Amino acid sequence: MADPGNIGLWTVPLAVLGGAVRVSTPFLFVSLGECITERSGRINLGLEGTLVMGAMAGYGISYLTGSPWVGVLAAGVTGAGMGALHAGICGLPRVNDIAVGIALMLFGVGLAFYLGKPLIEPTAPRLPAIDFGWWSDIPQLRAALRINVLFIIGVLLAPVLVWALRTTRWGLIIRTAGESSDAALAMGYSVNFIRLRATMFGGFLAGIGGSFLSLYYPGSWNEGLSSGQGITAVALVIFARWNPMLCLAASLLFGGAAALGPALQSVGYSHGYHLFNAAPYILTLLIMIATCSPKRTLIGAPAELSITR
Amino acid sequence: MKADVGAPIGTPVVKSGAGEFLRLPPFTAKIGGAAEYVVIPAGALLASLLLFGIFVALFGKNPLDLYFYMYQGAFGTWFSWQNTLTRAAPLILTALCTALPAQLGMVIIGGEGALLIGALCATSAALAMPAAPPLVVDIAMAIAGMIGGGLWIMLSGALRQYRGVNETISSLLLVYIALAILNFLVEGPMRDPTSLNKPSTPEIGAANMIGSIPGTDVHWGFMFGIIAAVLSYILIYHTVFGFAARVAGGNLRAARVVGLSVGKLILIVCFLAGAAAGLAGMFEVAAVQGRANANLAAGYGFAGILVAFLARQNPLAVIPVAILLGGIGASGGLLQRRLGLPDASVLVLEGVIFVMVLASDTLYGRLSIFRAKGA
Repeated sequence: MADPGNIGLWTVPLAVLGGAVRVSTPFLFVSLGECITERSGRINLGLEGTLVMGAMAGYGISYLTGSPWVGVLAAGVTGAGMGALHAGICGLPRVNDIAVGIALMLFGVGLAFYLGKPLIEPTAPRLPAIDFGWWSDIPQLRAALRINVLFIIGVLLAPVLVWALRTTRWGLIIRTAGESSDAALAMGYSVNFIRLRATMFGGFLAGIGGSFLSLYYPGSWNEGLSSGQGITAVALVIFARWNPMLCLAASLLFGGAAALGPALQSVGYSHGYHLFNAAPYILTLLIMIATCSPKRTLIGAPAELSITR
Repeated sequence: MKADVGAPIGTPVVKSGAGEFLRLPPFTAKIGGAAEYVVIPAGALLASLLLFGIFVALFGKNPLDLYFYMYQGAFGTWFSWQNTLTRAAPLILTALCTALPAQLGMVIIGGEGALLIGALCATSAALAMPAAPPLVVDIAMAIAGMIGGGLWIMLSGALRQYRGVNETISSLLLVYIALAILNFLVEGPMRDPTSLNKPSTPEIGAANMIGSIPGTDVHWGFMFGIIAAVLSYILIYHTVFGFAARVAGGNLRAARVVGLSVGKLILIVCFLAGAAAGLAGMFEVAAVQGRANANLAAGYGFAGILVAFLARQNPLAVIPVAILLGGIGASGGLLQRRLGLPDASVLVLEGVIFVMVLASDTLYGRLSIFRAKGA
């Protein structure tokens, strides 16, 4: 083979692999954050809005300061603010957390479009990637192995969260609030305050996930940036049985599914491109059909969670 | 939950701040329970307008101008009234898509998906019978749209009933799947080769277009929306079926104990809900767009969720609320032109209203003005 770029159909699995790493990062951050929120006994369906707000804030701040990492931080703080709003409203008596999530999803998306209007034109500095493919001279492989730092942070974060949930004092308090608010109350903790912090943490990670969208891949700010990654990630937490390590595996699977359409298009197979774009949603639905059951609550489900009761 | 239950005499009065200043004449106490369902959402709405005014003031716009242009754009002229009512038509129907399952305690937010599928089915029906008389085509379109949308939401209901899949998430996932199907069909198999810039299906034909209500520019979808809302109200509050649905929504176990077949209730109600949204899609094709393309995904399904929650899931209350929200949508263009606000300002306002309305849920039964005097 004279031309190292000519690898025929091998392009597809390579592009799916590279795409899985690239596309899975927002799924990973949102699902890790939502995992912690749900373990505290509350579900935040508004992460779609948080994700878009994070993407907008990250892009805007990166453009203004010239540093993408400040942008990532700003995205996280914005997300934490959205989380605090969700938790603050849900903390009021007789307010339904699912409905508030839907409201914040619409609110966050609207606000991001409003504030992000002037950001469509300018170009902000993007996040750097580490080139793990320097040893290879096949361009497709090198492209697949250019891995963003945020992905690595997310991969490292998953086991840390498993450890923290299992062994630390904080993890125990969060799990207590999620399994029985009465027990947490009896221990002298404010359930609302625990859930406030868990939701803010979830929002923080979801905001960072959003900044990945605008600052790395696809790497610009526009109104079609997120198409349901936030809500897919919420469903993914259910599939991952509220376990951060399984969230990582599920995110990679979903990233691969989402990368299938563009990968096939790159080898000239563009028929049904839009149907392949629906692959992550269809996959989510099929997995939920396969793993849920009407007869019992799911294994690993926090007992206080309104969505599984 | 409700304040109108009436606390026994001698119950200590719970003083709750502002309520004491607003104590209404005694006769209002009788209707206090019902008034609560009007006053609290209205208060939440006013608070949201206030917040939105502050928000635009932060960007150097005069809030009074904002309110003036919003009124002008929504209800100020006959032209804006017609624009408002045209937008209210799909909102009534998509709101029913959330409000009907809510009677069963289900939170369905996939009205947008049912609207798109309904629109696609209706378009296919029209394209399949090029020679038929217009009335036949329109009836076939309506039936196809309702069946398509109905089955789409029924899928969410069936997954909930038979597989325990959360209906909120599944219905939202189905929105994205519906959008992908729409994009696939209008850019692929159903594409009209002459539609270059905006991929679309062929037109359904000028003769098959549904006209306006005489004397207005408002299409007949508005009238059918009102009919659907009234029928839904009768079904839910004045039939045995609706009573059974509300029993099941109130207490699932009690419903099973008295022998109601909950699964059947869920499937039928979800089908009707989806059929309403599918009908909205049919009217968007047959009275507005004339063909199926990406313009159909205009967010009516999502705004319909807000309408349903603001109407407290009451099918009759959906009508005025949809007109109100249609007005907000209609004023968006004027706000853009006169105040230079981004087109997303309507989305922000809708989001603020939604959040405030939900937050106000906590006030029910806690405002002393709605309690019987001396109670």
